Amino acid sequence: MDGGARRVIREGDWAVLKRNEVFKAVPVARRRKIIFEKQWFYLDNAIGQIYGTTFEVTGGGNLQPKKRVEETATEAKEAGTDTDNRNIVDDGKSQKLTHDDIKALKDKGIKGQEIVQQLIENSTTFRDKTEFAQDKYIKKKKKKYEAIITIVKPSTRILSTMYYAREPGKINYLRYDTLAQMLTWGNVHAGNKMIVMETCAGLVLGAVMERMGGYGSIINMYPGGGPVRAATNCFGFPDSFFQMLYEFPLSKVESVLSGTFSLKALPSESEDSMALAEDSNGSGDDKQQLTQDADMESSAVMESNQPEEQEAADLPTEGEAFDNNKAKGTAHDKEKKQEEKRKKFVETAALLKDKNADGLIIASRFHPVPLLLSLLEFVAPSRPFVVYCQHKEPLVECYTKLREKGGVINLKLSETWLRSYQVLPDRSHPKLMMSGGGGYLLTGITVTNEFVKIGEETDQAASEPTSKKRKLEEHC
Amino acid sequence: MSFIEYGDTIKEGDTAVVFLGHESMFPVKVQNGGKTQTKYGVIRHSTDLIGKPYGSKVTCSKGGWVYILHPTPELWTLNLPHRTQILYSTDISLITMMLELKPGSIVCESGTGSGSLSHAIIRTIAPTGHLYTVEFHQQRAEKAIEEFREHKVDHLVTVKNQDVCKNGFGVTDVADAVFLDIPSPWEAIGHAKSALKHEGGRICSFSPCIEQVQRTCLALEEHGFTEINTSEILLRVYNVRTISLQIPDLGKAAEDNASATAFDRGSPSNQDAASPQAGTVQFKSSVPLREMVGHTGYLTFATKSLF
Ligand SMILES: C[S@@+](CC[C@H](N)C(=O)[O-])C[C@H]1O[C@@H](n2cnc3c(N)ncnc32)[C@H](O)[C@@H]1O
Repeated sequence: MDGGARRVIREGDWAVLKRNEVFKAVPVARRRKIIFEKQWFYLDNAIGQIYGTTFEVTGGGNLQPKKRVEETATEAKEAGTDTDNRNIVDDGKSQKLTHDDIKALKDKGIKGQEIVQQLIENSTTFRDKTEFAQDKYIKKKKKKYEAIITIVKPSTRILSTMYYAREPGKINYLRYDTLAQMLTWGNVHAGNKMIVMETCAGLVLGAVMERMGGYGSIINMYPGGGPVRAATNCFGFPDSFFQMLYEFPLSKVESVLSGTFSLKALPSESEDSMALAEDSNGSGDDKQQLTQDADMESSAVMESNQPEEQEAADLPTEGEAFDNNKAKGTAHDKEKKQEEKRKKFVETAALLKDKNADGLIIASRFHPVPLLLSLLEFVAPSRPFVVYCQHKEPLVECYTKLREKGGVINLKLSETWLRSYQVLPDRSHPKLMMSGGGGYLLTGITVTNEFVKIGEETDQAASEPTSKKRKLEEHC
Repeated sequence: MSFIEYGDTIKEGDTAVVFLGHESMFPVKVQNGGKTQTKYGVIRHSTDLIGKPYGSKVTCSKGGWVYILHPTPELWTLNLPHRTQILYSTDISLITMMLELKPGSIVCESGTGSGSLSHAIIRTIAPTGHLYTVEFHQQRAEKAIEEFREHKVDHLVTVKNQDVCKNGFGVTDVADAVFLDIPSPWEAIGHAKSALKHEGGRICSFSPCIEQVQRTCLALEEHGFTEINTSEILLRVYNVRTISLQIPDLGKAAEDNASATAFDRGSPSNQDAASPQAGTVQFKSSVPLREMVGHTGYLTFATKSLF
């Protein structure tokens, strides 16, 4: 299903630009100026190329495919052990070109490669360097001056790392490895009927959709006037993926549970959906983050995402990135859309009423206790559920409440630590900095809850700190 | 049931999980006329299991009861018969995401070991993907084939009994992702590269020792892989407990009789429970385990680029 055709960059796709470790998701369009990492260019020449291709930005903002990728090897060589810098005096005078000279070259549209060449020619110390050091010098300058970008296909891996690095406030500081745990512990896979309640810009929803590959169904619970799906849209899923996607307002959950649900409940697509989009954009925290990250062009990302968000809130079943204009349509179209929406809404309520969902995933900015207690009602017995929260205490409360209520087993409160390593011959060690926290998870499994009283007792007893001896085997 | 599709009721031939209590469980093959002993007494498959919904509470012969759970790769990982060291769900989660696995992915893996990771991969790439898993230990390979058949996922996996370092994966230019969990992964990088699709894909190698990682990274570089990154993921589990702490006697009570209640009202952590004893405060706490797994292995990821 991921055949050759889907590997080609096409107009209308969402693509992710990558330069070193910086990512940015953009829609692929002709004659549309993109600004990324202080470079501007057009994606026209990338259309028809294969995802994973590396391009050089040339004069006039054109992209030119590059044959060789040298990006990776640099780090290992840069830190080689045979250099000896005891004789190098850094007097700041070895380079005859000034910053202004270089800027002038750049402004003239001179290619990065040529700038590096000029730098070499104007360096007084370059010739005296060892071959190794020369190599290192060139690589370093290249990294700085050559405008190289790689265009990659969006995926959960890429979008979750991108959001965590650039706009963590929008995804409630959900670190990507935590998201990875959620997908696994939720047993998310093709054919499931999943309930997803998230306010992570649609990233969690997108991740679940990717893992389900268009098979099964997803009920996306949303607060307010409509779900926010800026990140979901970045995945560039085919239309068929959106046919299995249903949505349901949180405000109608109780009516379904109590059996008083009626069609009148259909939320009108009105101002409140706009209000919602705005509301979920603007966590003050997030803004702060943005201004700190001067190099990140977060505003650019938001700018390209904003219309999508509103679009999504308006017409949640539309998956295409380029339907902004189409969606407006005629009054007739609108009526038809409204009718379809109504139909799907009724279908969704029916899906929930069956109370046989295969899993529940919650990752929101709301207090998880009421969400969890209500939404668990829709889940079949012997199915997993996963609740993410940025904070631990609300999950402790969930744990306590669920223990009282029964109907769940194997409750586990956890977090993961993620540590990156520098790996070099004889110089491997953990990197200096690591993330201090990626949020917390409460996972568990539903069971039938007929004999609450008895179950409670024994379960409680069984859950005492039985300091179970863990079998620790050495892997080596 | 199968490991890739939920079923509502327990059927003959299913692999179900008997849940006894906190983290204590074991798998059972459901058979007409079958019996299973537990510490709570016997479970009779025909009368106690078959036809009951998954998640049901089943009373055993001695009156104690258990829950019968639908199998998932995660429960399997916790309960499978160990023939080797295995990967656990924390690492498996990161591997699955970082290899970008999803329905339809073609994956190569070696070695199969006890099939812990294999089951999780198969779940994720079903119904249209395929796993080629290579294990040079014949019995392990055979046992894996048997398990995949029992779990009704054998159509999604090919087990090959060969040395991956010598003979590779037996396929070329098909894989979206390759995973290695063998003692000398660097010897298999070349084979991994040719198994991956021409236009590229992802690779991951799991090694417990840093020396293995160094050699693997060098090999990855030599073969032109990019985005080489090594990381380690640790699971921290918290127990939720009600803790009570004694209030120290600083002699205030003698000074002012009302002071104990004043403290109670002022303490924010006291909302959870009323103090059962005078002079203590109770609160809910999440307590880290006294001992936890501090290292499983390093995960090295890389990308095979187009050119
Ligand atoms: C640690 S186990 C793999 C465990 C597996 N990842 C799991 O989760 O169950 C390593 C396995 O690799 C196999 N193995 C080691 N070297 C191999 C080679 N060169 N070719 C094929 N299999 C190999 C061993 O026989 C062993 O079963």
